[in-house]
Amino acid sequence: MSRSGETLRVAGTRAVRRASPAAIAGRLCAAALLLLLVLAPRLFAPAFRLLAEDGAPAIYDQGSLLQLTLDHVALVAGSTAASAIVAVVLGVLVTRPSGRDFLPLSRTLVNVGQVFPPVAVLAVAVPLVGFGLEPTLIALVLYGLLPIFENTVAGLDGVPAAVMDAARGMGLDPRRRFLSVELPLAMPLILAGIRLSAVINIGTATIGSTVAAKGLGEVILAGLGTGNTAFILQGGIIVGLLAVLVYDALGLLEARLAARAGRA
Amino acid sequence: MTASGAAAGRVPRARFPGFDRVGVVPAALAALALALPLVTFKPNRIAAGRGVAFWAALPPAAAAAGGLLLLLIGLAACLRVAPASRLGLALVALAALAGLVGLAPGAVALPGMPYARVSFAAGFWTLLLAFGIMAADGSARLALRPGPRVLLLGAVLLALAGLFASGWWNGLSILKEYAAHRDGFWAEAVTHGGLAFGSLFAALLVGLPLGVACARMPRLRGAALPALNVIQTIPSIAMYGLMMVPLGLLAGAVPFLGALGIRGIGAAPAGLALFLYALLPVVANTAVGLDGVPRDAVEAARGMGMGGARRLRAVELPLAAPVILTGVRIVLVQNIGLVTVAALIGGGGFGTFVFQGTSQAAIDLVLLGAVPTVVLAFTAAVLLDAAAEAAGRTPA
Amino acid sequence: MIEIEGVSRRFGDTLAVDDVSLRVEAGTVTALVGASGSGKSTLLRMINRLIEPSAGTVRIDGRDAASVPGEALRRGIGYVIQGYGLFPHWTVSRNVATVPALLGWDRARIARRVDELLRLFDLDPDVYAAKLPHELSGGQQQRVGVARALAAEPKLLLMDEPFGALDPLIRAKAQDDLVALQRRLGITVVLVTHDMEEAIRLGHRIGVMERGRLLQYAPPAELLARPAPGYVERLMGGADRPFQLLSLLTVADARDDGPADVGADVAPVPETLDLRDALGLLLWRGVDSLPVVAADGAPRGRLTLSAVLRRAGRPA
Ligand SMILES: Nc1ncnc2c1ncn2[C@@H]1O[C@H](COP(=O)(O)OP(=O)(O)O)[C@@H](O)[C@H]1O
Ligand SMILES: [Mg+2]
Repeated sequence: MSRSGETLRVAGTRAVRRASPAAIAGRLCAAALLLLLVLAPRLFAPAFRLLAEDGAPAIYDQGSLLQLTLDHVALVAGSTAASAIVAVVLGVLVTRPSGRDFLPLSRTLVNVGQVFPPVAVLAVAVPLVGFGLEPTLIALVLYGLLPIFENTVAGLDGVPAAVMDAARGMGLDPRRRFLSVELPLAMPLILAGIRLSAVINIGTATIGSTVAAKGLGEVILAGLGTGNTAFILQGGIIVGLLAVLVYDALGLLEARLAARAGRA
Repeated sequence: MTASGAAAGRVPRARFPGFDRVGVVPAALAALALALPLVTFKPNRIAAGRGVAFWAALPPAAAAAGGLLLLLIGLAACLRVAPASRLGLALVALAALAGLVGLAPGAVALPGMPYARVSFAAGFWTLLLAFGIMAADGSARLALRPGPRVLLLGAVLLALAGLFASGWWNGLSILKEYAAHRDGFWAEAVTHGGLAFGSLFAALLVGLPLGVACARMPRLRGAALPALNVIQTIPSIAMYGLMMVPLGLLAGAVPFLGALGIRGIGAAPAGLALFLYALLPVVANTAVGLDGVPRDAVEAARGMGMGGARRLRAVELPLAAPVILTGVRIVLVQNIGLVTVAALIGGGGFGTFVFQGTSQAAIDLVLLGAVPTVVLAFTAAVLLDAAAEAAGRTPA
Repeated sequence: MIEIEGVSRRFGDTLAVDDVSLRVEAGTVTALVGASGSGKSTLLRMINRLIEPSAGTVRIDGRDAASVPGEALRRGIGYVIQGYGLFPHWTVSRNVATVPALLGWDRARIARRVDELLRLFDLDPDVYAAKLPHELSGGQQQRVGVARALAAEPKLLLMDEPFGALDPLIRAKAQDDLVALQRRLGITVVLVTHDMEEAIRLGHRIGVMERGRLLQYAPPAELLARPAPGYVERLMGGADRPFQLLSLLTVADARDDGPADVGADVAPVPETLDLRDALGLLLWRGVDSLPVVAADGAPRGRLTLSAVLRRAGRPA
């Protein structure tokens, strides 16, 4: 859950630019560890057994970790994609001359939206649409909108005025100005928004397990329910690694785009 | 920029205020809301509910007068009225809505039904959203200075407190839940605030010096910020879970700590996780805020013979204050929201009601946890935004 | 040729350009000068219809600009602005190729043109074609901006404070380059600046604007000699007016056939040098006259201090 669009305004946190050998090695190790934890959890039984109360299973046994991971990733990918489409379209609309009037209001709404904790949105959605996938999907899509919208607007607004003036002055029509100038220049920031959304969504989807959405939260909740620390740790490590790796991978993509957009 | 600007300049001023496109959003929402059920009626707490329309949920006279008032204000939103009037009208509408919905329990439930529940339904929420948007729009256009903004917030909070104290809403289900959980509510409120503010306080104690150090030492910064960034990335449940393990082991190994209340579950792992989350905004914003202090100011201070510590205290930190306060705002809003998840590991806070409510399928109990969280986060956001702005405005 | 007739532009309550008429002859440089906010940019941008006039007409080569679709019009007019507005995500060569690509030139022709332009602007294609704008110095970016504006061989070039972001040394060089380029290509240039010295240096005619109105439109010498009473007079009334006047003339304008009153070892002045610089040489060397030579080194009589000074005073 959490950290909604807020992290965005944390000053000076930018995508990693050039990977040092140590960073690459770290990433590979993290990825390998994640794969092993999901595909061959038994390998880690001896370690987790130290944490399991006597007799309790050391490795999550109430379902396939692989399946849960895939469900989790599918939920996050689907909802983030939906948010991205809606938020980018909205962001584009409010930065066109005809939609400018709506910009201050939409900014305020995005700011206010960030004070709603995802847990509350999830819980409130349940009576409306029932338990399971739907409330989680609603919460994820709504939450995902905020950072992507904010960044789309910032990205499009941040295109230097001189560049837009020159584009118009050389006779680029509005469609070309948008597709070949504004959008490519805004893309690194838009992607940063998508990255943030994806990471927030990985967390919110974990909480989604409290309203019976399929996902990795189940492992942690099963641990909390039965007092089995081994499950909690297992689930926590898998979700944590997943989030960090997704954040990192999208960050690399973003840095490449930024370099291509001449903003390196 | 286009010909329309010139055209607009030539149009003779109409006496009638013009049409405002942005205002159409709240107006359309308000109109839609009046067609949706205002409240849900349930014979008892767990029975299935039945939606009751605005017109049926209120005494006829109140429904007619209230409905007309809300529609008129919605209509006014579509016109080019001054921002202050826009905000004022929206607040009137919100007050009217609060008053009207207090009449619903009396009109919907019969006196002989003590277990009947009347809760907010889609119509109420949509009206709240509509006039909330109108108020937000008005205040955004008004561009209030920090002082008046805080006063306005204070007035709204006072009005809310007055509403609850008056008992006008006592027939509504959310206040019945409150009545049933009165003691627990305030205890959880204290826990919630304690966790959010306590972790912030700890993060400031550690983060401010660390931020100053990062601003001075690029190598430290290169190591600390990415690490803190990774911590921010870890989902909260996972983080809470990860904190439980070492704390549990620690408490098992050192009974003294266990006696202090440090255990694998409860507030300790939650507080630790929140503290870790809070570090990045504090450290990064302190470092970046200090980066932004004009060199001239520092040089001048040095030239006047100020020592390093004094320079930091008298010149650099005050100049960096707006950015640092923005970091504090981020932390506080973030933590107030994150504390709700702590209830899952027995950390307490308003999340307790949210999760209880979810498991009992009792939406009003969920709201009892969710609404104060949102109000608290909103208040923190407004106050700290105002503080950051004021710090940037006044000569420090 | 550009004919601007009774053009006005209103933004809300401000009249940014107020009933301006002027004529720019083909193959000349016109400089629009005035304080910031005086309406220079607005007037310039009404020529390529980035801004539509509220009233009046603009004719380019006899054709009403309003009768041509805006984008087509702009593809035929070069446009350079202060920040250059290079597309930061495109290489130098793709930037330069913008308008030819819009016009549908074939690849080979575009490549040839880009190559030619980069060489013309002293940017070795092998080194610079593939660079991104942020990898260039300010002066290089400026040159790419002008090259891009000239890519489709426009006959008209509009420049809005094109040298505003350059430091003085590079600016002087860029100004000289523009003069040479304009002579060589014979294009018509309309240039906006807030620097009177730049206007005098570059413009065949200068238009002085204040609060949307065109106060005077005249060649630099006339502007210096007979500024319109009021604003223009105050603007031109600086103590350096004699030097500005001299900068408009060359040694050839003041020389006579008499013998130079100096030893044979004194270096002669070229007859193309402007009189301001020539005066500098006379004063620095402490002499009353200097021998003059033509470009090919042939003697051309002499330049006397008194002949220079006579031309520095208020003309009759
Ligand atoms: N797009 C616009 N919208 C509103 N006002 C404008 C616009 N462009 C220019 N103006 C106003 O018109 C006047 C002239 O501006 P401009 O032509 O840019 O002056 P200059 O280029 O001489 O500095 C100024 O008062 C400016 O504020
Ligand atoms: Mg200008």
